[in-house]
Amino acid sequence: MEKLRYERPLIKRLESEMPNKFGMKIDHFPKTHIDGVPVKQLIEDYGSPVFVLSEAGIRNTYKKAKKAFTTRYPKVQFAWSYKTNYLDSVCNIFHQEGSWAEVVSGFEYDKALKNGVNPKKIIFNGPDKTENDLTKAIINDSLIHIDHLDELYTIVELLETLNKRPRVAIRVNMDTGVYPMWDRFGFNYENGQAWDALNKIMASGKMDLVGLHCHIGTFMLSAKAYGVAARKLTDLALGIKRKFSHNIKYIDMGGGFASKNTLKGAYLPGYDTNPTFDDYAEEISSALLNAEYPPDSLPLLILETGRALIDEAGFLLGTVISNKRSATGKRTTIIDIGVNILFTSFWYDHKITPAQEFTQFTEETTLYGPLCMNIDVIRENATMPLLNKGDYFVIHNVGAYNMTQWMQFINLRPKVVLIDTNDKPHIIREGETMDTLNHLEITPEHLKKFEL
Amino acid sequence: MADHKRKLTIAVSGLNAIDSPGPGVAVIRALREAESFDVRIIGLAYESLEPGIFMHDLVDRTYQIPYPSAGIDAVFERIDYIHSREKLDVIIPNFDAELYPFIRLEKRLKEMNIHMCLPTMEQFEERHKVNLNEFGTRYNLKVPKSTVVHELSSVYSLPSEFKYPVVVKGKYYDASICYNMEQIKTQFNKITAKWGLPIIIQEFVHGSEFNVTGLGDGKGNTISAIPMRKQYITEKGKAWGGISISDKRMLELTHSFISQTKWKGGFELELMKDKNGEFYLLEINPRMPAWIYLSVGVGQNIPEALVRLALGEDVKPFAEYRVGKMFVRFAWDMIVDMEEFQTISTMGEL
Amino acid sequence: MKMKSNIAVSDSGFIFNPDTGESFTVNPIGGLIINQLKEGRETQEISRLIRDKYNVQFATFEKDFDDFIGLLRNYSLIENG
Repeated sequence: MEKLRYERPLIKRLESEMPNKFGMKIDHFPKTHIDGVPVKQLIEDYGSPVFVLSEAGIRNTYKKAKKAFTTRYPKVQFAWSYKTNYLDSVCNIFHQEGSWAEVVSGFEYDKALKNGVNPKKIIFNGPDKTENDLTKAIINDSLIHIDHLDELYTIVELLETLNKRPRVAIRVNMDTGVYPMWDRFGFNYENGQAWDALNKIMASGKMDLVGLHCHIGTFMLSAKAYGVAARKLTDLALGIKRKFSHNIKYIDMGGGFASKNTLKGAYLPGYDTNPTFDDYAEEISSALLNAEYPPDSLPLLILETGRALIDEAGFLLGTVISNKRSATGKRTTIIDIGVNILFTSFWYDHKITPAQEFTQFTEETTLYGPLCMNIDVIRENATMPLLNKGDYFVIHNVGAYNMTQWMQFINLRPKVVLIDTNDKPHIIREGETMDTLNHLEITPEHLKKFEL
Repeated sequence: MADHKRKLTIAVSGLNAIDSPGPGVAVIRALREAESFDVRIIGLAYESLEPGIFMHDLVDRTYQIPYPSAGIDAVFERIDYIHSREKLDVIIPNFDAELYPFIRLEKRLKEMNIHMCLPTMEQFEERHKVNLNEFGTRYNLKVPKSTVVHELSSVYSLPSEFKYPVVVKGKYYDASICYNMEQIKTQFNKITAKWGLPIIIQEFVHGSEFNVTGLGDGKGNTISAIPMRKQYITEKGKAWGGISISDKRMLELTHSFISQTKWKGGFELELMKDKNGEFYLLEINPRMPAWIYLSVGVGQNIPEALVRLALGEDVKPFAEYRVGKMFVRFAWDMIVDMEEFQTISTMGEL
Repeated sequence: MKMKSNIAVSDSGFIFNPDTGESFTVNPIGGLIINQLKEGRETQEISRLIRDKYNVQFATFEKDFDDFIGLLRNYSLIENG
């Protein structure tokens, strides 16, 4: 007879108290498959931990977002935010879907070129564009979003030798009534900096002012703030129209849309409360449609949302290393996923589900990563089913930022696997090896030998 | 026709009739005295010691339900199960934190023939403590100065016009008066640990506390409005005794609130009357208060009217209420067999 | 090691300690172990019984068992001495 699945013995003292946020919080179903591929198989084939991306998931989310906007506004263009996840396969899925590229460094710019993106469809953002970067972008006729006056003057200087008329926009920061206000990037709306910069560009006569850009924050839980931002950009666009009879071709609302993750400190799950694409689209498109743009010169709406497009399609698969009990009696579990590869665990309570069947019995558990570092905590307090050593589990909504902000530390970074739309897995980034790192190191001759 | 009343199955939460009570038990008592229907009451409980669970003359059967923090789908699944057993006609959620999932579920539940009478999501959000300043401006209601704080460090940069004492409030529950920065910091940590961010810091208005409970039909009509003065307030700031009063300005303020917001469902306005006789709106609770049974005492059975609104019936506004009726709360020790506690604790049903 | 004689596990996994007034819930394996202890079984016997019935390594069970016994002791459900 086959033996039953083991579960460790559990005894819990009943403590009655009025509703608190920790009660009965458990996801009811194991995550045994990703797009039809068993989690067990993925770990056996590609090791543990391993990042898994769902191509179908990415494409579906993109289509959902696109539909939310195009059903409300006639001219919409997405630009894939490279920093969110710049694995080539991921970028190319978005480019296949029609996304332009949005980059914030020379490295990302080159990556987009290498991926074959038409340079005219690359938006170059960010405060750090070198003279080299700018020259390249000007020659290639990419869209340059100017972040500060020094950059503006650098461009003017470069134009003395380059026989080009670059297409530019400025990044505008503003008070949209949300906290915190991002005022470190771009030119401020309220104090007139933005209007000044626009006048300088127009006065120079050397640049083609094509757009206005903002990016009001990250993980924005209020869709309304986007309405405020769109109205403020519109106000600038119409000001330029009045003063110079010049049409601004596009309004770039940046990104910052929340994904379905739950922020630490939130009482209700993000899956329920975070705004949807429809909520953001409604605010932005009504602000633009209700403004006084002449119907024939309605600006193109550009969106650079990254997180909300990719987070849900990403999973991180791992294995339980050990169950322990802390000095205070609290259950702790060590897993093979640390904060170095799951950066987002610093601000989310990531949803974690076992990859195999489990019972309704749970324990309040602290989930520690495998690093020899005290900060390596994946969840401070999670109501977890009773996992055994060697059990597999799935961390959800990890597609954004983790595969770009991850850090090689103590251990090597794992493979990234993409499951295609026919449920076939492909390695899209190999796991690191000793060679990956060692070939960057140069040891001087006198340090090559020692005796112990 | 009066002797053969229809029977409705109504699920009610907030059975925690403790020292800081939920409204559930009071709502059930009102429903049991309804003239237009008989009821079978299904209790919805979160914890196994909510007193209402064991009040078998009031509650016919109780089911434990998952906390709102478990997510809307988990709540729906459980309600679906309860519905399959009990065939619910109406649900009356009585916790603030529950309203979010139930408002979101309104349509799905209606398709299953389960009715509710709740504010819209817009009404629910805009009256939120966090938005009270804006709310006051929009509807021309006086509100105490307040600010929303997202991190401890911004406590240090409180606008200088804030005068101590201040009231520090959690997003859903908890409030406490603080007289200095140290106390604010302590409360900040205590409240955020339980209810998350942000917290609200509100200038304390000196004066006497008044409350209004009422019912709006969602079209701008006031079905009921009962002003009450708190006579005895517990350490937790809850009314232990109160009396219905006739204050015209409070009634006007309530009518104006309902007609402008087109409020749907039960509510409670918490007001403070300062020494100049000005009313300040401290908070809008988007549900019936724990003292809702007073509405039966003064001749306006709000829970009954709310159920009829939920069922889509045409409900006429109440014309009058008795002034000078008091409620005096009391604590009552029930004797409970351990088997009952065991059943609700392990099976989640009793 | 002996369970207190007045401790009983109900079918639904509920335990009441009449000495302290505390109540507990256990999962089925926890209940099984408590019942075995009540019948006076030795650790090895219990370990064998569990490993016959469930798919578990000796080392894993031994560790979980010790942890569980620690909790029972901590909750004063086991006779001292």
